[in-house]
Amino acid sequence: MDKFLDFFRLDERFPHMLCPGCGVGIAMATMVRAFIELGINQDKLCVVSGIGCSGRVAGYLDCDTFHTLHGRAIPSATGVKLARPDMHVVVFGGDGDIMAIGGNHFIHAARRNMDITVFVLNNRTYAMTGGQYSPTTPTHEQAATAPYGNCERSFDICFMARASGAMFVARSTTYHVVHLKKMMELALGKTGFSVVEIVSQCPTLYGRYQGLGDAVSMLKWIKERSIDVSKVEDPWHVPGKFVIGVLHDREEVAPYTELYQGVRNEARKQERC
Amino acid sequence: MAVQLLSGNEACAIGALRAGVKFFAGYPITPSTEIAEYLSRKLPKIGGTFVQMEDEIGSICCMNGATAAGLKAMTATSGPGFSLMQEGIGYSAMTELPCIIVNVMRGGPATGSPTRSSQSDVMQARHGTHGDHPIVTLCPWNVKECFDLTVEAVNVSERLRIPVIVLADEITGHMRETVELPEKPLLWHPTNPRKPRDQYFHYDDSNNYDSNIASFGEGYRIHLTGLVHRKDGFPTNDPEIIKWNMDRLRKKLEDNESWLWDVTFEDLGSETIIVCYGSTARSAMEAKRQYERKTGRRVGILRLRMIWPFPQQRLVSLLKSARRVIVPEMNQGQLNRSIERTVSPDVPVISVLRYDGETLTPEAIIEAL
Ligand SMILES: Cc1ncc(C[n+]2csc(CCOP(=O)(O)OP(=O)(O)O)c2C)c(N)n1
Repeated sequence: MDKFLDFFRLDERFPHMLCPGCGVGIAMATMVRAFIELGINQDKLCVVSGIGCSGRVAGYLDCDTFHTLHGRAIPSATGVKLARPDMHVVVFGGDGDIMAIGGNHFIHAARRNMDITVFVLNNRTYAMTGGQYSPTTPTHEQAATAPYGNCERSFDICFMARASGAMFVARSTTYHVVHLKKMMELALGKTGFSVVEIVSQCPTLYGRYQGLGDAVSMLKWIKERSIDVSKVEDPWHVPGKFVIGVLHDREEVAPYTELYQGVRNEARKQERC
Repeated sequence: MAVQLLSGNEACAIGALRAGVKFFAGYPITPSTEIAEYLSRKLPKIGGTFVQMEDEIGSICCMNGATAAGLKAMTATSGPGFSLMQEGIGYSAMTELPCIIVNVMRGGPATGSPTRSSQSDVMQARHGTHGDHPIVTLCPWNVKECFDLTVEAVNVSERLRIPVIVLADEITGHMRETVELPEKPLLWHPTNPRKPRDQYFHYDDSNNYDSNIASFGEGYRIHLTGLVHRKDGFPTNDPEIIKWNMDRLRKKLEDNESWLWDVTFEDLGSETIIVCYGSTARSAMEAKRQYERKTGRRVGILRLRMIWPFPQQRLVSLLKSARRVIVPEMNQGQLNRSIERTVSPDVPVISVLRYDGETLTPEAIIEAL
């Protein structure tokens, strides 16, 4: 427990600013437990986030923390990792932050195989700004900016990650905390670009717009809709369900920092230029 | 020191390397691309890093990340990319991360004239990002100065921990001249020692500038945020601290103006003075030479190497004797307003403007003389 509490900036930063029943705290605490399980040194860890409720996570942790611009956690983390390849660089952000405004960075960091881990908290809404629809809000659902129902299609974050070249992709939820911790550990242990989507409740906004009740009933709702990847034939096409577990775990290839070391070695060999 | 034939963009890249830049993140754009190409060849040789990002927003954020982790880092771009970088410039100002951007200007707005020269980002360099913020902008007029001012940009940016823009243009960027560049230019080193971790505050009143600041990975467990913050780096809405934070940023320039002001001048005793910057200063010098030979009358030249912060106090005294001020610019009139505010109202400030992508010629200035 001490190790756990040691990971937070208890004196300066608590009580936190999240709503009662928010899933961000569950995901943050689970991430810290995964850090501890893997024995990650707090002095060699940088947690990077963008803007949003999920983005506030960076401010609560006692390690190097980088609260960047909305959508820019991944390129900022890329700079940190390239400058300090010895550090663990972890991004924590929301579905809007990572998949909408930061979507292009996500794709390209995956393509480059940047050796960072990205945790995307998917509450299906822009919570910080008051419940507008996000790239993961399902079609027809209402939101603060979709008073007549969302006419857009939504993204599958994990599918996007796999298609973009991520080494490891998993999904879990704030209900399944033991499972979530396991998924986070696997992602953190993987070399290269790894992603965990965390399906989370936002009782204050998403839950209210969908009439899903309080945090407890939202967690029950998440539980009922979740299905383990081992129980489905094709994890990418299970409408109306959260398929949880490891969805993609490919044979590791060299991550970007290693590839660039190769560029340095080659550059030193060549007299020309 | 060897004599070399170099373009301004190459000189700029060499300046960055000799100033200790180890990291470059960028996205190709005319007429700045040669800087990225040059550094992509040289940085890996010295153990540095060149990364081509997916866009200029990614570039500046990646650069800010590398700086936060302790490296001297830089990016280079032109108009459209510079527009995309604006939010990141504000992030650098708010978090007090050094940030060096070379903007090799082309005509705008939008895609504008990619291969033509212009000085139309003068106001954007100062006010492009939202909010009150400190920023320094340096304008080279030849190849040697592309080198010098890049080194200067690194020094000023590190010393004050603010964004510094090197505002070159297509002419200075692509022009070739023979130059001798110093192997070891004068570099700034922190004079304020860093406090031990248990007494360390990232935004201490004693470390606003000239200081040795902690970076990621050094065990200081720092927090950087673009939100207004307290001296420990954590966000706040307390009006008193908001004001303290904003004043702190303002003081970076205010306290250091005396050594920042950077102008060169000639013949200021004369009644007509040309105030110029960047590549148009070349035409101004030639105009002065031709005009003086033809008429025997002297013309003063005042060239600004640093346009932001605008060296107002310094110019007030330098322009005291002027009866007429001429301001050549390759835009629709941007820096002229600052100069109008500097001289007394009865002194006419005559703008000589060109914004068709062609060089502003000495003849155009002679005509105004
Ligand atoms: C450039 C920019 N645009 C818009 C905003 C406003 N904004 C702040 S947070 C946010 C959305 C956050 O949603 P998400 O990333 O899903 O995180 P959540 O709050 O739901 O955890 C927006 C649009 C901003 N800060 N910056």
